[in-house]
Amino acid sequence: MSNTTTDTSPDGAEDQDLGAAGAQLSTAPREEPQLPGLGVIGWARWFWRQLTSMRVALLLLLLLSLGAIPGSLIPQTGIDITKVEDFRKSHTVLAPIYDKLGLFHVYSSVWFSAIYILLFVSLIGCIVPRTWQFVGQLRGRPPGAPKRLTRLPAYTTWRTEADPEQVRAAALALLKKRRFRAHAAGDSVAAEKGYVRELGNLAFHVALIVLLTAFAWGQMFKSDGTKLVVEGDGFSNSILQYDDFKSGSLFTNDDLAPFSFDLKDFKGTYELTGPNRGTPRLYQATMKYSQGAYGKEKSTTVKVNSPLKIGDAKVYLVSHGYAPVITVRDGKGDVVYQDAVPLLPLDGNVTSTGVVKVMDGYKNAEGVTEQLGIKAFLLPTYGGAGQETASTFPALLNPVLNLEPYHGDLGVDSGIPQSVYQLNKNHMKDYKDSDGKQLRTNLKPGETLTLPNGAGSVTFEKQIKEWAGFEIVQEPGSGWALGGAVAAILGLAASLFIQRRRVWVRAVRGADGVTVVEMAGLGRSESAKVPEELGDLAGTLYDQAPGAPDPDPDPSPTPDPQVVPAEGAEKQ
Amino acid sequence: MTSAATTELAVATNEHLASISNTLIYSAMAVYTLAFFAYIAEWLLGSRSKVGRTAAALTADATKKAAAPAVTVKKAGSTAVLERPKVVVRSAAGARDVPDGPGAHGGDEQGDMYGRIAVSLTVLAFLVELAGVIARAASVERAPWGNMYEFNITFSTVAVGVYLALLALKKNIRWLGLFLITTVLLDLGLAVTVLYTASDQLVPALHSYWLYIHVSTAIFCGAVFYVGAVATILYLFKDSYENKLLGGGTPGKFATSVLERLPASASLDKFAYRVNAAVFPLWTFTIIAGAIWAGDAWGRYWNWDPKETWSFITWVAYACYLHARATAGWKGRKAAYLALIAFGCWLFNYYGVNIFVSGKHSYAGV
Ligand code: HEM
Repeated sequence: MSNTTTDTSPDGAEDQDLGAAGAQLSTAPREEPQLPGLGVIGWARWFWRQLTSMRVALLLLLLLSLGAIPGSLIPQTGIDITKVEDFRKSHTVLAPIYDKLGLFHVYSSVWFSAIYILLFVSLIGCIVPRTWQFVGQLRGRPPGAPKRLTRLPAYTTWRTEADPEQVRAAALALLKKRRFRAHAAGDSVAAEKGYVRELGNLAFHVALIVLLTAFAWGQMFKSDGTKLVVEGDGFSNSILQYDDFKSGSLFTNDDLAPFSFDLKDFKGTYELTGPNRGTPRLYQATMKYSQGAYGKEKSTTVKVNSPLKIGDAKVYLVSHGYAPVITVRDGKGDVVYQDAVPLLPLDGNVTSTGVVKVMDGYKNAEGVTEQLGIKAFLLPTYGGAGQETASTFPALLNPVLNLEPYHGDLGVDSGIPQSVYQLNKNHMKDYKDSDGKQLRTNLKPGETLTLPNGAGSVTFEKQIKEWAGFEIVQEPGSGWALGGAVAAILGLAASLFIQRRRVWVRAVRGADGVTVVEMAGLGRSESAKVPEELGDLAGTLYDQAPGAPDPDPDPSPTPDPQVVPAEGAEKQ
Repeated sequence: MTSAATTELAVATNEHLASISNTLIYSAMAVYTLAFFAYIAEWLLGSRSKVGRTAAALTADATKKAAAPAVTVKKAGSTAVLERPKVVVRSAAGARDVPDGPGAHGGDEQGDMYGRIAVSLTVLAFLVELAGVIARAASVERAPWGNMYEFNITFSTVAVGVYLALLALKKNIRWLGLFLITTVLLDLGLAVTVLYTASDQLVPALHSYWLYIHVSTAIFCGAVFYVGAVATILYLFKDSYENKLLGGGTPGKFATSVLERLPASASLDKFAYRVNAAVFPLWTFTIIAGAIWAGDAWGRYWNWDPKETWSFITWVAYACYLHARATAGWKGRKAAYLALIAFGCWLFNYYGVNIFVSGKHSYAGV
């Protein structure tokens, strides 16, 4: 193709004569320092102009990234409340300050919201005028050639015997064929290409707004709760049934999708051998569910990465554990408690703990009504002597249950809510074994711990149930968020990979009757592609208007002495 | 054959593969070290005869300024066989017109030979490391990015791959070699000592094809951002050097020797910009793929988990950088600082968040 040579740049001031030819190659606003006019309106206008200026947009973007940092370093109530509580306990000086600054919920704090709301106001204030401008550019035509094409970043010229009209017609046809928007203007042809860049850029910024709006919408109307279900038990979607429930500010109880489900079976399989021994291979919950008040019951399975979708709600499988079935008998041998007790896993091998709480119905050997609290510690796989503190495998290969019983008052009636997984021992007494030590025993399935002095017994039944933890989420607007995200990527790619550029071809008859063809190209940013493309176009045009012999073997470059800004190059 | 025997065989194969992988990684490090010395040789033996190109161009420029703008109007020759028109390119107003340096070898033949040897060794080391990564993947029967050790070895493989791909595309970036291989050696050294993990667990949340999409693009973006960051740092040095020359100063001998061979600051800057801009959409995609995966696995597509937050911060920082260049006209140093801050965020997201902050992503842990 054509060769490319680099020429040194002359004085920058002379570049001004590109004039309108270079204008409006983008719709980016111009930065014009302006002092506020008088009065409230003047100030408001000034403020608006500042807000929608690129400088402030940049500043706000920077602030947004800075503002996001503390939320990743300080525990957040939205993510882990217990961590926040721990932090509050151990940092009594800092915590109140953090509280005032909203640092425990950065992403919903006033100042963080202020930053992104300002940013998005700025964005809207920027997009609307840019869109109008772009529409105007689409309806208008590419600006005509500047007077002196030699001033442009890429330039070429030759002499030809062909008529100027012929050359211009050929150039117009060629440029149109290359999908330029081209038109003849006076002695030259003006063409422009790459509008998709601008379109992509606008689409990207609009998509950001869609994305944020969808996200905010989702946050306001969302609901999100968790529920632990033991095999054989069920759940129906109402707030009372949740273990833990959070919702957005505009959420109302009626927004909950009506459905119910039963957990039939939970299955976890694990790698048995090899370097990945113990790695979970599959978690799967087999369920029956029905939608609406009188919906038909359907069967389904829920896995970790594939939630059950019922109406607007999604049911995720988020955790699992074991629930050994425990039977407690009183001194007379009557069963006072029999239930599957869900235990919480402590590690990857599902070493679990929990508490069996016998609230009522139990009487001790003397016939006095008491409550029982039994700490339970389960090793699904007991690895043998010396491995009492942790399970060695997550499945129930060799389960051992350690029980530590107490009796007295559980303190559940005091009105203070307490965790079902923790034992408040303030009003509880322990049992002593034959050595006078605190009673604790390891049981295998089917074995029974007999409480001393005829106080009854606790049986670890052969059947060990499993439980599954579900998170039930309703978040409207996620489809919009996804659509916005995809549009943002496409727009961004168009905006970054497509060059918007202009090409001019001028053909005039010289004094000696030979036609002089000049071609020049201009891109928004300096790019190697503009001269390359120009060379390609020139080569093709050259074939249709071949060069004429040079009359003067040594032409000295005589620039136009008259430096006039290219006013003739206005939009037509 | 009993099933027990088969499993045992499988175990043996896996452990065998894992140890093969380790051997390959160590071998790759050895070859990288050789490549490192070859690059050093290229720099040391490369001639310094071309020193002064920048200075010459800059001082020549000053005298040229007064002269009439030289517009080379190339015309078809006067012979019967006419040549095609030539395109004349002018750089933007105010831009310095400094020629690119000749590269690390400094135009010296012996230096060039060492440079070629270095690239060949880099290719070899890359292949060995790639084999190591694949063996590791085969031994754990999944993609090789379940923990930081695996992430590190994959990351450096991809970074070197990006470098070699750019070389194969005939881009003038051999000068990047020494800086790249130095950090690759550091990265691998860290991987085999501090971060080494023999085997590790992959929770079912990681069983998703989004993992493959999300993590592979994340690693790729990181590698490309890294290349961009190295170019940016070199740009800053070269730019100060050119400024010093323009101001009439004489930079130190060492600086001159190194910086003279690098491309002109404008070229470095442009290269860094192109590299960063080219992967930014992919980085955007990476975050969105992560969000989709989180939506499937955790029930919420965006939860301000520390990893998510830092990906977001990194994204905004790069957006700032692109924005600054596209609109506010912050070419040059100011934009370069933004680019470095953005890369710093990326690094923190990778090392800092995994090590110092706990979150749902922490199973990618040490
Ligand atoms: C929400 C935060 C924003 C982000 C993440 C963002 C991101 C970007 C990115 C990555 C580019 C680079 C595209 C390119 O190089 O061509 C860009 C360009 C641009 N942005 Fe933004 N932007 C944001 C807000 C804004 C705001 C508030 C304004 C207006 C005040 C604005 C106006 C522009 C303009 C004029 C361009 C350049 C268009 C061109 O090159 O022709 N952006 N933006």
